Amino acid sequence: MYKILEAKFIGPDIKLFRIEAPQIAKKRLAGQFVILRVNETGERIPITIADSNVQEGSITIIVQGIGKTTKMLNALETGDSILDVAGPLGKASEIENFGTAVVIGGGVGTAIAFPTAKALKDAGNKVISIIGGRTKEFVILENELRECSDEVYPTTDDGSYGFHGFVTQKLEELIKSGEKIDFVLAIGPIAMMKAVADLTRGYNIKTVVSLNPIMVDGTGMCGGCRVSVGGKTFFACVDGPEFDAHLVDFDTLMKRNANYAIQEADSVIKHNCKLEGMGI
Amino acid sequence: MSEMTTKERMQIDRIQMPEQDPQVRSHNFLEVNYGLTKEMAVEEANRCIRCKKPLCVAGCPVAVKIPEFIIAIADEDFALAAKILKEDNALPAVCGRVCPQEEQCEKVCILEKKGRSVAVGNLERFAADWERENIGIQNIKVGTPTGKKIAIIGGGPAGLSCAGDLVQFGHEVTIFEALHGLGGVLMYGIPEFRLPKEIVQAEIKSLQNAGVEFVTNYIIGLTETIDELRERFDAIFVAVGAGLPYFLNIPGENFNGIYSSNEYLTRVNLMKAYDPEHYDTPMYDIKDKTVVVFGGGNTAMDAVRTALRLGAKRAVISYRRTEKEMPARVEEIHHAKEEGVEFMLLTAPLEFLGNDEGRLTGLRLQRMELGEPDDSGRRKPVPIEGAIDTIDIDVAVIAIGNGSNPIISRATPELNVNKWGNILVDEASMRTNMVGVFAGGDIVTGGATVILAMGAGRTAAKSIEDFLQSGIW
Repeated sequence: MYKILEAKFIGPDIKLFRIEAPQIAKKRLAGQFVILRVNETGERIPITIADSNVQEGSITIIVQGIGKTTKMLNALETGDSILDVAGPLGKASEIENFGTAVVIGGGVGTAIAFPTAKALKDAGNKVISIIGGRTKEFVILENELRECSDEVYPTTDDGSYGFHGFVTQKLEELIKSGEKIDFVLAIGPIAMMKAVADLTRGYNIKTVVSLNPIMVDGTGMCGGCRVSVGGKTFFACVDGPEFDAHLVDFDTLMKRNANYAIQEADSVIKHNCKLEGMGI
Repeated sequence: MSEMTTKERMQIDRIQMPEQDPQVRSHNFLEVNYGLTKEMAVEEANRCIRCKKPLCVAGCPVAVKIPEFIIAIADEDFALAAKILKEDNALPAVCGRVCPQEEQCEKVCILEKKGRSVAVGNLERFAADWERENIGIQNIKVGTPTGKKIAIIGGGPAGLSCAGDLVQFGHEVTIFEALHGLGGVLMYGIPEFRLPKEIVQAEIKSLQNAGVEFVTNYIIGLTETIDELRERFDAIFVAVGAGLPYFLNIPGENFNGIYSSNEYLTRVNLMKAYDPEHYDTPMYDIKDKTVVVFGGGNTAMDAVRTALRLGAKRAVISYRRTEKEMPARVEEIHHAKEEGVEFMLLTAPLEFLGNDEGRLTGLRLQRMELGEPDDSGRRKPVPIEGAIDTIDIDVAVIAIGNGSNPIISRATPELNVNKWGNILVDEASMRTNMVGVFAGGDIVTGGATVILAMGAGRTAAKSIEDFLQSGIW
């Protein structure tokens, strides 16, 4: 059992958890993730480690309640426990001093981008962060990112906060303003990562994305997380999760991630009914 | 009972293992074989002619004292039979079910030349089940504590059998397991209907009672490295299994509905996706669908028989060669046929077809014929020119084996591996090139059987003991 030291909402259905996991805290590097299972009948899901505290022996994850498992997670409070947390999994982000690095986070993807932004800053990069959300409430970790970024640009689809528009539009504005960008990290919804890749391809800017395919074990054993990159198949859990954005087949990823859409919708309905006491 | 003569023993027919009716069992996950009754077991045990120089023991990868435990059954001292078994085999109820005895102990049984061997596997299962069901699994005899600490990486058959021997030598054993549950392939791979998970867990529990410590959710190479483990353990046994599924490498392989056997079986067995009312792991709905499994081994049989139980309309094996070349146990092929599995022999997949949503809809396949024998001595399948078919299928499961998992070798560059990533060891001692580090099971041999992995675990345990005694590498 892994104890939750702190649980707090930081956005709509977006919850931050500090979890006691000293060994993972000690070993994890930016870009790595954990697989967790909420309870005995639960599924195994991958979640990126947003931060860690070695002294305290804790890791931080940020979860958006979308499916049944993430909704169950988000119902947990400080003092509760999670049954299984395994990690750190995946390869760490490749960090070097590129020069100027733009870190783009879309929605809860910002939580995944955050540790890598920190590492890029520590490696000597000028870090520009663009963090997008549908509305103001979905823009997360702005203060945390300000601490490790030279510039931070929040964007919202509806203009309720910061730049009115998509993260790609802000990125294009920066490029056109003459900012020499050497590296882009983009993490968020697949459509957003694809749009960023399409944009930076034209400018020949090295771009990395972190992929979130469906996984079971997270250690290379099942092959469920296979992604097509440059025409070759890789396992995101052991070969990734970060890949060259210009080579990723995003369309296949999007389709593969919809594999269990019917079952997921069904289990969310059942879960919600249970919460509302309808006893289904 | 007065002593029987050899002639009398040889007149007894081999007792048939009672089974669930194929039509019934193909729709449930309950165990196929019921096990022998007490009377059946005693009668079967009486068939053993008690050779002066028994060949069966040498035929067993873990060298179970087969004649001794069989005589104990004949004497109706079932507790003693179980005790004898456990001196050499940490998982007798498991092995009694999944060992390929017909290739091992039963193959060399002298009676096999005169008809049918003694049913060693069925008797092993009987003794282990009898103990568990009647008096509870008795603790194994733990050795006088030595203060030596050994880390075992991987809670599958190799690691568990190694642990069973090491605690008998008096060492402190910790098993590190990457998944949340122990048992490795016994839990995620072999289905409930062939190996009930409760039985696996009961045998693992007996190791825990003997003092073996289990640490789950712990991935050596990531959560902690071998170098770090070496600082706090006197010896390390790497038994992580194969664990990186091969795919066919044909077009369309990333369509939804195409699984590795590892993923498909893990979802169903470990994560219990066959019970969606109680468990959250999703599975593509197989009811009334056509499922094709590629491969001819035991895993392929497990996958295809699982598909039937999940309600598949057609559950089909596609194999490049003929039934004769199939590596699966004869019993598994026989059971699969009885249950209604179709065998599409001499076929090789060319391409998967899918729809706009990215879901699998069909398969193009090449008909084959057997040509000249290849290096392995098996006749090589060659394509029949122009004989290409397209069939509608909904789910594909690829069960053509596993490569070696890269996590440990990446984190341990010093550890010598071959070009396929298998850890290199001295075969007799299971020693790797790193002092104090041993390895065995599928990570060394590539995909093999439970019992061969267990045999490797025992060899490693003995070799670790020699190393700890002598201190010499």
